[in-house]
Amino acid sequence: MSMHETAIGTDPAASAIEVPAASATGVQRLTMAKALNAGLREALSGDDKVLLYGEDIGALGGVFRITEGLQATFGTDRVIDSPLAESGIVGTAVGLALRGYRPVVEIQFDGFVYPAFDQIVSQVSRLRFRTHGALGVPMVIRIPYGGGIGAIEHHSESPEAYFAHTPGLKVVTCSNPSDAYWMIQQAIADDDPVVFLEPKRRYQEKGEVDVSAPPLPLYASRTVKPGTDATLLSYGPMVRTCVQAAVAAADEGRNLEVIDLRSLSPLDDAAVFASVRRTGRAIVVHEAVGTLGIGAELAARIQAECFYELQAPVLRVTGYDLPYPPSRVEEGYLPDLDRVLDAVDRSLAY
Amino acid sequence: MTQSAGNNREPSVADVPIQLLDPSGRRLDHPDFHYDGTDADLAASLRDMVLARRIDAEATALQRKGELGLWPPLLGQEAAQIGSARAVRDPDLVVPSYREHGVAWCRGVDPVDLLTTFRGTGMTDWPSRPDTFYPYAFVIGSQTLHAVGMAMAQQRDGAVGNDDPDANGAVIVYFGDGATSQGDVNEAFGFAAATSAPVVFFCQNNQWAISEPAIVQSRVPLYRRAAGFGFPGVRVDGNDVLAVQAVTEWALDLARRGGGPVLVEAFTYRMGAHTTSDDPTKYRTSDEVAEWRAKDPIDRLRAYLTAAGAIDDAWEAALVAEADALAARLRDGCVSLPEPDLADFWDLVYANTPDLLVRQREEFLAYEASFEEAR
Repeated sequence: MSMHETAIGTDPAASAIEVPAASATGVQRLTMAKALNAGLREALSGDDKVLLYGEDIGALGGVFRITEGLQATFGTDRVIDSPLAESGIVGTAVGLALRGYRPVVEIQFDGFVYPAFDQIVSQVSRLRFRTHGALGVPMVIRIPYGGGIGAIEHHSESPEAYFAHTPGLKVVTCSNPSDAYWMIQQAIADDDPVVFLEPKRRYQEKGEVDVSAPPLPLYASRTVKPGTDATLLSYGPMVRTCVQAAVAAADEGRNLEVIDLRSLSPLDDAAVFASVRRTGRAIVVHEAVGTLGIGAELAARIQAECFYELQAPVLRVTGYDLPYPPSRVEEGYLPDLDRVLDAVDRSLAY
Repeated sequence: MTQSAGNNREPSVADVPIQLLDPSGRRLDHPDFHYDGTDADLAASLRDMVLARRIDAEATALQRKGELGLWPPLLGQEAAQIGSARAVRDPDLVVPSYREHGVAWCRGVDPVDLLTTFRGTGMTDWPSRPDTFYPYAFVIGSQTLHAVGMAMAQQRDGAVGNDDPDANGAVIVYFGDGATSQGDVNEAFGFAAATSAPVVFFCQNNQWAISEPAIVQSRVPLYRRAAGFGFPGVRVDGNDVLAVQAVTEWALDLARRGGGPVLVEAFTYRMGAHTTSDDPTKYRTSDEVAEWRAKDPIDRLRAYLTAAGAIDDAWEAALVAEADALAARLRDGCVSLPEPDLADFWDLVYANTPDLLVRQREEFLAYEASFEEAR
């Protein structure tokens, strides 16, 4: 049992991670799953060209029920059950996008995106470039990702680095229901293809969603908790973990800043540099394996831009360089509050 | 209608390619397919085929002279390309692979523009490309899925199965015998069948995927693949421009009317190399090449039209002059293509260019400028 573990339900991080509501009107309390559903419903209502496309997304509403009820409202021409072939889904979505539609593709699980890898990295990402800007493929590829749900093999992957490494793609991820609601709509409205990563272990966590106005542009990071002693940089499922760590560290008199990157490509590195220049310390936290991951990129950029302000090397707390292990040991594999605090200790010891 | 045969390995009647013009230039009757055009239309087809062959020969020569990095020759496939392309009409969409220079010609692409891609002065789009003709695809088979998606868009646009035939469109997508082994092509077949998408899969079986003969790709004739997916497949003599056009018109018409996809296997031969980097003498015999040379698509049409009195020496002379002028324009156009500037490419990656790329471009320009200052 972790010394810092907090019982679910009395989690002080829960309030810290919520986006403050701008006004009382239009504020709803939703799970991330319901927030995504509501965001997709808005996008479908607002633009006839928006299509949802994927396996089991119709009558079933997707294996995570993110599209529940949408086919009943918008019909089978706009909420489309596809054959079971990911390359086929993304490849035909390219054709739809080239003819003026805005397909929102659902990949059922992170580990099933790889059959579509060529279509994503060789076609979707570079059609604009290879046609000198003549043809674009506005498309969102939604991928439930990450571990922590006790799943079998291939259902807990964090593939973000592959896509962030590819010019022409944008990669974003939400950490809370408000961002889920707004970011999915902003991604659909973007004229560039967006890989939209959904932290599946956070699907059922609730938060306040103000449906009257988006809180931030899509590609901006958010300072979830301001602090002075070190900067925790994270995204998606690990943001809550980092906030929990910051709350626990506060008990020991340490004031940690937590930044939710939200966008992994492009990276809002200006905000990262500003924070690290103040705190002098940076720790990147993600579930994906460390080697050549988002943390590696951030570490390289921070050392190049903030060299004289750094009080310690940039540290990484990540999944180990293993294929994702069986669920009975995933707790040890995934970064948790204790591993984050251990890294904070090491950073502050310099 | 000629449907695909069963999945057995016995040769069937349908394995014999549909033919309306034999290699000697004699017109043939077929119970299901008829060429409806006039001899004047066929003379226009001959002109397109001759000019496509000349474009190809000039581009091949330009590569040999070092002016192009690579060229994939279409030599031998002129009837397959011109016949199918002449069956296309607006608002049909055309999705090529990378050897469709004859199709590009028919759809109005300036052949000089094609050279940009192979000279390295640009990527794969061309100012003269019409909106209904898509850029070449180089990842084998990838474009077949795009074509099915476009056909799904046509369905949603209400451009399929209308009483007014002029309101209907379809998609024709080109690929080769090698591509039929790709997962994407098989997924495209499956998606198109399941959605009854108005798409004509036009497979130019030129017998060779670089060095691998078609038998390496399939135990059954390729057109028969369609049967398992639940749509018609036909094999047509790809060196017979009349048959190719008649079969493609039928297939496009069926698709436009809402009849779903069709697979057309145009049985032809790649007389040249796969690309200018290839040496076909290493993997195929001169006897085989000679056998196919006797089936030349241009020779047989010329023989027919000459015998029919539809063309004469003056017509031929005018065509030679036109081809010479086109060749000269191609040579001049090739060496006159403007050199690209790397600085122009940062703005092409995204619709909304992120700061990182803006900064990188500025760094690149500053670095380049530092050499100028040092001079």
